[in-house]
Amino acid sequence: MKVMVCVKRVVDFNVKVRVKPDQTGVDIANVKMSMNPFDEIAVEEAVRLKEASLATEIVAVACGVSQCQETLRTSLAIGADRAILVETDVELQPLAVAKLLAALMEREQPQLVIMGKQAIDDDSNQTGQMLAALRGLPQATFASRLRLADGKAQVTREVDGGLETVSVRLPAVVTTDLRLNEPRYVTLPNIMKAKKKPLQSVSPESLGVDVVPRLKTIKVNDPPQRKAGIRVPDVATLVTKLREEAKVIS
Amino acid sequence: MRALILAEHDNVALKGVTRNVVTAAIAAAGEADVLVAGSGCAAVAQQASAIAGIGKVFVADAPHLADALAENIAAQLLALCGKGYTHVLAPATSFGKNVLPRVAARMDCAQISDAIAVIAPDTFARPIYAGNAIATVQCADPVVFITVRATSFASAADGGNGSIQAVTAVADSGLSEFVGREVAKSDRPELQGAKVVISGGRALGSAENFKLLDQLARRLNAALGASRAAVDAGYAPNDWQVGQTGKIVAPQLYIAIGISGAIQHLAGMKDSKVIVAINKDADAPIFQVADYGLVADLFQAVPELIEKLG
Repeated sequence: MKVMVCVKRVVDFNVKVRVKPDQTGVDIANVKMSMNPFDEIAVEEAVRLKEASLATEIVAVACGVSQCQETLRTSLAIGADRAILVETDVELQPLAVAKLLAALMEREQPQLVIMGKQAIDDDSNQTGQMLAALRGLPQATFASRLRLADGKAQVTREVDGGLETVSVRLPAVVTTDLRLNEPRYVTLPNIMKAKKKPLQSVSPESLGVDVVPRLKTIKVNDPPQRKAGIRVPDVATLVTKLREEAKVIS
Repeated sequence: MRALILAEHDNVALKGVTRNVVTAAIAAAGEADVLVAGSGCAAVAQQASAIAGIGKVFVADAPHLADALAENIAAQLLALCGKGYTHVLAPATSFGKNVLPRVAARMDCAQISDAIAVIAPDTFARPIYAGNAIATVQCADPVVFITVRATSFASAADGGNGSIQAVTAVADSGLSEFVGREVAKSDRPELQGAKVVISGGRALGSAENFKLLDQLARRLNAALGASRAAVDAGYAPNDWQVGQTGKIVAPQLYIAIGISGAIQHLAGMKDSKVIVAINKDADAPIFQVADYGLVADLFQAVPELIEKLG
């Protein structure tokens, strides 16, 4: 069974982003870029499926600028077999990415597509669902457990208020939540090996996909800052303040 | 302009978040209808029709719509989308996030996720980078798809008299099946929607110690929450998680106990009306957003707080 994993290059989760003074976006010049953490979980899950002999080949896919090659190399180092970069300098939005991935699915015919539930830059949480819809496939989003058997995936999902389990017919799209697995550390020998694995570049045009953005960012602001209040010396004062000043308890 | 709202419910009762979506929908489009897709959900349709400002309530009632499978619910919503709606909205919950992008993609439209303000009918504000920046985005598509962050909009009250209209249920997609649900059982109020939330952090030190918070929660009729650090450490279940990767809450009173206040946690609670922080570390970032900060050892302060509250 072939598995496709989709990875996005984003600002590293440890970087505190700053809004540009001209409000056109956040400043990502000279900041550390990494693989979206949720996508790292997706790659790890695919590699575990291969290690369990449930998957035969893992194709890692990224869409974006040429530097996404580094992100793809990381997925190859974790254990993907080959990589495809849909290379473009155009700002890619979820619908465009879903269309690019749908076109690649047509070419590659994977039985399972795994990706993060959202990217930690735009926090959209859309691409997996959109891809499934465009391909007329079932989806299992926010996965915290994945089991494959009899042409189906049984997926436990993290939902508000608890867990839910669904069974989806393959091919299907699965998006990962944090507790699906803990991605392994990439070792130096595997980084060296990854350099020799095939990485192919294609253009959105060659896939016949229009990637023109539909959403226009008018401005980007700092969030409203909440002012720090007061320090209370003891529990008694706290209770008095909550009762008499804030009036939030009886 | 007219909006279509996907109602969230459990076939018995309308979820409160739907009311916040109504407020956003009317702000964006002026008029709004609701789709209730479920099984044996007539009572939900009644509740939706009573919300002030609602025109029609469409009800699709069929056994395969009972468990909110994305494939079936999305198909049901899609069947109504072509009726001239300018906006289609759902709550930014695990339910709405699961379903709405499927419909948007099939309509070849973009989606605006997690809207926190309506700037103009085609323009909305939404948080990006875990709430570290707010983007104002304008949609060029003929139908605007939006998931709504409930805590940013008022809850629409009753007072309406919408008409209820049954619609033919779409066929079961056959692509997915509901297997089961493990709902965390608790006698505490639901985290989203509780007037008081008490959250614990890694400083609690163990799942056993979280029981201390339970006593306090009982006294204040509060919901229990946790930081991601506490969840990752196994002290609290994942569905208690408050923060960018967990739940977004905005109660009247939020009490953060032993929580340092990582950006990702603050993103989930900073819209609370009153924030109280109890932490040993006087330099913890949580104090920068707290209305009332108490620098103290939680294992002394919490029992004392329970005692003083009586």
